[in-house]
Amino acid sequence: MKDYRIYFIVWGSLLALTFVTWRVSYIDLGVLNVVAAMVIASVKASLVALYFMHLRNESRLVWGFALFPLVFLSLMIFGTLSDVLFR
Amino acid sequence: MQEAETTASPAWRGYLEEGGIRSWASTLDHKRIGVLYLFTTLFFFLAGGVFGLLIRLELLTPGPAFFSDQTYNEFFTMHGSMMIFLFIIPGIPSGLGNFFIPLLIGARDVAFPRINLMSYWLFILGIVVILFSLAHPMDTGWTFYTPYSAETSASVTMLSFGIFLVGMSSILTGLNFIVTIHQLRAPGMTWLRMPLFIWAMYATSIIQVVATPVIGMTFILLAMERIFGIGFFDPAKGGDPLLFQHFFWFYSHPVVYVMILPAMGAITEIIPVFSRKPIFGYKAIAYSSIAIALAGFLVWGHHMFVAGMSTLASIIFSVLTFSVAVPTGIKVFNWIATLYKGQITLETPMLYSLAFIFLFIIGGLTGPFLGALATDVSLTDTYFVVAHFHYTMMGGTVMGLFAGLHYWFPKMTGRMLDERVAKVAWAVIVVSFNVTFFTMFITGVEGMPRRYAEYPAQYQTGNVISSIGSAFLAIGVGIMFWNFIRCMYKGAPAPANPWRGLTLEWQAPSPPPTDNFEEIPVVTDWPYSYAGKGAADAG
Amino acid sequence: MPGDAHIQDGPARTLGYETSKLGIWVFLLTEALLFGGLFMTYTVYRIKYPELFYDGHLELNRVFGTLNTVVLICSSLSVAAGIAAIKRGNVKLLKHCLGVTVLLGGVFMTVKYFEWTEDFARGLNPGTDIFFSLYFMMVGVHGLHVLAGMGVLSAILFLAGRGKFTAGYYTPVEVAGVYWHFVDLVWIYLYPMFYLIG
Repeated sequence: MKDYRIYFIVWGSLLALTFVTWRVSYIDLGVLNVVAAMVIASVKASLVALYFMHLRNESRLVWGFALFPLVFLSLMIFGTLSDVLFR
Repeated sequence: MQEAETTASPAWRGYLEEGGIRSWASTLDHKRIGVLYLFTTLFFFLAGGVFGLLIRLELLTPGPAFFSDQTYNEFFTMHGSMMIFLFIIPGIPSGLGNFFIPLLIGARDVAFPRINLMSYWLFILGIVVILFSLAHPMDTGWTFYTPYSAETSASVTMLSFGIFLVGMSSILTGLNFIVTIHQLRAPGMTWLRMPLFIWAMYATSIIQVVATPVIGMTFILLAMERIFGIGFFDPAKGGDPLLFQHFFWFYSHPVVYVMILPAMGAITEIIPVFSRKPIFGYKAIAYSSIAIALAGFLVWGHHMFVAGMSTLASIIFSVLTFSVAVPTGIKVFNWIATLYKGQITLETPMLYSLAFIFLFIIGGLTGPFLGALATDVSLTDTYFVVAHFHYTMMGGTVMGLFAGLHYWFPKMTGRMLDERVAKVAWAVIVVSFNVTFFTMFITGVEGMPRRYAEYPAQYQTGNVISSIGSAFLAIGVGIMFWNFIRCMYKGAPAPANPWRGLTLEWQAPSPPPTDNFEEIPVVTDWPYSYAGKGAADAG
Repeated sequence: MPGDAHIQDGPARTLGYETSKLGIWVFLLTEALLFGGLFMTYTVYRIKYPELFYDGHLELNRVFGTLNTVVLICSSLSVAAGIAAIKRGNVKLLKHCLGVTVLLGGVFMTVKYFEWTEDFARGLNPGTDIFFSLYFMMVGVHGLHVLAGMGVLSAILFLAGRGKFTAGYYTPVEVAGVYWHFVDLVWIYLYPMFYLIG
């Protein structure tokens, strides 16, 4: 039963965070709205990855492949922005 | 390591035993899948080569010669697209890689044999779709830049889906290799005891899985732009045509390392065998392969210096471009150091490897001229660029492929090639290659633009020289293929280890049986313990 | 798996399981890069046209979007519970969980269908402007992945019905589950990016 318990806790947290991000979007925080939404989304994503996808119990090798894309995504975005924003 | 029994009887067919289209079409044997890929990609090498010859034919005269300008545009688009997507990217990885990665690491097959088969049929499906698009041939150049590619009446949409499928095939191959290399190495084969071809293939596979999805998305977006009027690349809708180029080159620059790394891996195997010396600087070569793969992702903007990119980005990309030269230079140094004081013999695989080093150095050294902002402004889109990438891609990758094909032909077919014919072909190819392409450095510096069907008369001499060279290049390639085909059936039976190599594939019979090894070998040493100096690097 | 016959002799008891897990994570890496290009496009144009994105996001149906988020989160729970079930050898519960997951996937697609029908009726389509191009493209590509996931999970459900999985062997279930969670994960970002940020 213990296994199921953690899943229900994560599920509840995800629903709660969804509620939070939805409500926060009605408050005008300017640029912070984007930051808040992305941070909350990243927390939710981490919960899904760590607990539902069992990343928590995986080898360092799997962690490597899981995090690797983030490096390249950042590279792609910053490289392109260095052009687009500075013309 | 013990020598395998020689199964030199011509009756021994190994994995080739079972015949029939069905057994080939549904095979799960990595060796057969590798052979299927080799036949397919080499076919497109020849087809793409024909288009190349047509280009050279048209360029014999400054004005129109035999074809319209529109047809010429289609020729160079076909030449580039076929060579790049259907030959050079899949060539060594899916061909020689599929065949030899499991053998080199002492495994019976790749990690996911059914996915391997699926990748081949996706490749074929992609090719079929691409061929359908020939109803309205592409005239955009293989780079498909917007806005023209979004507007032209050519079958860009269909081609986009075809390339997407070919890309999926590439991704699945890379994924398979990564997992295979991590999980299926023979007992005792630590990472530092792996053959360097495996390190090269691992680095290549990393690039394939990271970069290819991006080009997949690029072609989907191009298709969407044409079908739904999506405006990401359309200035009239607030879009940016340069965004397409960022997408495109984010893949297409790293992919040139997909092209070159396997070739470098192949010659890194060949040179120690034919120098009877351990490879110099094993770790340097291994780590530099990874470094090249990673550094290759930092430099894509150097294809866009004159496209309207910001000065800041141009400067950043220019500086970063020089970084790739470092690990590449390390490799060249190590190959030459391996040769130094080796007991060199000049069988054909070695001849192609030496040609690789010589030609790749020229190709590589002409890169910085293009990476440097100031000189690139004059040289970009001239024949200097064309010469640069033909020296690296043909003088490099294709020579490496030919080296690998000659080296591993006995293992794959159970027969030996005719050395004399092979050497004649080599000589014709190498000399005519230089005649064809070195001239282009000169015409390029003198200002001849690329992709022009008609050109100012002052460049004609250079063009005629190149075209004559290309005719002889075709002859040399023809001789080489004739040798392959003839010896597949009539070549002398090959022993298990004709070159006295130390890597594991030579422990299996020629050709290997379907499950490769009778017993999975236990590895206790690196595969470069040739009698000679320099064993200090032993892993 | 039949393909395992080709995998190495040696300490192979868990080799197929570890190999398959590595395989799915490498595959997800490629998926991340596939979506990555679209995320890059979103970033570039969001910075360039903030008002366009503000106006655009107001046009979207927030109720449907939030509902779909909840649906996918629940579907992740159900597939996770299913895997926990088969780890204990409970095939019946596995089948129920897989069925619920596929059903929830269907709910997601149905809501999406109604949402898009409504959007098209109001004249909003992929060619309208860059915000909507991005919206339809990203949500569309995501939707294709939902459909693919439903297909895979249905196949797993079918195999479970045939008694293929036990407490000692459930690799394909876990692999399919990881893929499904990834699909949920992408939506976790798409939801605020399009429906919430103003």
